[in-house]
Amino acid sequence: MKYAWWPGCVARGATPELYTSTVAVLERLGIEVEEMHDFSCTGAGVLQERNRKLGDTLNVRNFAIAEKQGLPIMTICSTCQGVMSQAHQRVMRDPEYLKEINGVIAEEGLAYRGTTVIKHLLWILVEEFGVEELKKRFVRDLSCLSVAPFYGCYLLRPSDALGYDRVPARETSLDRVIEATGARLIDFAGKRKCCGFPILLINQDNSLKMVANHTGAAKDDGADAMVTPCPLCHLNLDGYQDKAARKNRPDGRKIDLPIIHFPQLIGLAMGIEPDELGFKKHMVSTRDMLARLKEQAAAVR
Amino acid sequence: MQATVRVRRHNTEAPAVHGKLQEFKFDVSENTTVLDALIKVREEIDGTLGVRCSCRASICGSCGMRVNGQARLACKTKLTDVSRDGAPITVEPMGNMPVIKDLITDMGIFWGKIRQVEPYLQPAGPEPKGEYIASDESMAHLVGVMNCIMCGACVSDCTALEVDSTFIGPAALAKAYRFVADPRDGATQDRLGTLNERSGIWDCTRCYYCVQVCPKGVAPMERIMKMRDLAMEAGYNNTSGSRHTKSFAKSVKKGGLLNETMLAVESTGWLNVPGQMAQAPIGIKSLLKGKLPNPLGHRIKARKHIRRVFDKVEGESK
Repeated sequence: MKYAWWPGCVARGATPELYTSTVAVLERLGIEVEEMHDFSCTGAGVLQERNRKLGDTLNVRNFAIAEKQGLPIMTICSTCQGVMSQAHQRVMRDPEYLKEINGVIAEEGLAYRGTTVIKHLLWILVEEFGVEELKKRFVRDLSCLSVAPFYGCYLLRPSDALGYDRVPARETSLDRVIEATGARLIDFAGKRKCCGFPILLINQDNSLKMVANHTGAAKDDGADAMVTPCPLCHLNLDGYQDKAARKNRPDGRKIDLPIIHFPQLIGLAMGIEPDELGFKKHMVSTRDMLARLKEQAAAVR
Repeated sequence: MQATVRVRRHNTEAPAVHGKLQEFKFDVSENTTVLDALIKVREEIDGTLGVRCSCRASICGSCGMRVNGQARLACKTKLTDVSRDGAPITVEPMGNMPVIKDLITDMGIFWGKIRQVEPYLQPAGPEPKGEYIASDESMAHLVGVMNCIMCGACVSDCTALEVDSTFIGPAALAKAYRFVADPRDGATQDRLGTLNERSGIWDCTRCYYCVQVCPKGVAPMERIMKMRDLAMEAGYNNTSGSRHTKSFAKSVKKGGLLNETMLAVESTGWLNVPGQMAQAPIGIKSLLKGKLPNPLGHRIKARKHIRRVFDKVEGESK
């Protein structure tokens, strides 16, 4: 298994712990990747609102680079995955449109034929690596933790672009990985909703209400942590959780729900040291949840 | 085959079931729709069940409700679409609006928002003698948005409305687009000006729920995105939303990647001192955690190709 790995802007910037934890996990699982240094930003849906063809062209350029190397693309960001899947669906449905776009990228010696597969690491692990195979690598018992999933809009909708009709199991992929780690799954109503990040800089009041609602609901349902395959959700749910609580909880009390990146959860279950997975880089402290794991491990010994 | 349908009851006159999920089991055929099943319950099992429906052919938009947590038209949804191997399905009233009884919601809020966008043609110039004629080509792009049957599914599941009832919302914004983009309408500039304000086009979170749940393919969010572009083109540039979009495009064009730090600064606006101050704590926290993205931004080697793509594609659309 080898993939053209596209970490996305956020894993290289505001959430470096996502980058390092992904590397740690991939190495130990024996999944070979080549990082794509020539890919551009996917546009995150923002460029697309200005000029859809511009966004599609940048994405097709990325697909063509991966195709040239004969590698499927691996993403670690729900937003990158969604935006790429949508662009892919549009050009595959309309050969004339693809031809036009190929005309633009031809100057760089690129032409896209339509063969690149684009998959989030979550889907790769569930659909290709296999949950049973993963379980064999899970050596740390997480049964003392209750974990809530948070998928990120762009990994869920629109479902036809994301291939849910072909692979219905994607619907619950994150739930199943949480269960496979031995942690208790907290199935709360907000897991498919919006984290509020896209309007953080536009309507912060609304954005923070979403943060408080989702983290508060998961916490009230008994979650010790929330796990997300989307670094943008992480930025809002982790970075702005305190402010969201101050503004929206009647008593302003902290919610204190650590927001874990998907590869961090896998790494933790695989027995990798929390420091290597970047747990100290979180805004909402992960100390309590890690202490609980340590206590459990000591009790077993 | 047997179906198990769990219905969220809302009936203050029947405290025994009020607020509860009531389960019904009965035989159905492969083609039974959710609406067929609910009518069967009402006619054969429990005559007090409140369901609103009329055409039963996804034209009238009366039977919007949540099936397994997602807004749908009950008449357009077969039980087999939502239940694999006879698993129980859950039916609840639509969200973001008050419930009158059981599955019947009060659409008053919905209609109020539709009225708010003045959903009628406001023609430019003097009234023509005959009809207002528009060419097929100039109207064809509006066919999708005209398919709206006002069922309320998009409003039910809108995540922005869930936290802010002042948001105009997907159905009304899609309706607004129908007139903004109508070549015969003369009020485009004013309409965009109003929609550009708070609770308008920039408050959409781009979560795609409305696109996903619309039973008619109206894709309200796509229309909202189009109006953002039109508003900027029309000169409405003094919003964080428009600054956000422009800053995003600027940094990707420059280096091929997003410059997150500058995006935050530029969206807030350089001259917005209170706004910048409010952001400072999170910036400092990020710095202390060693995760403040380089304000100079990252650049890819092939950036000259990215710039060329921008120039070429943006040039074409001008």
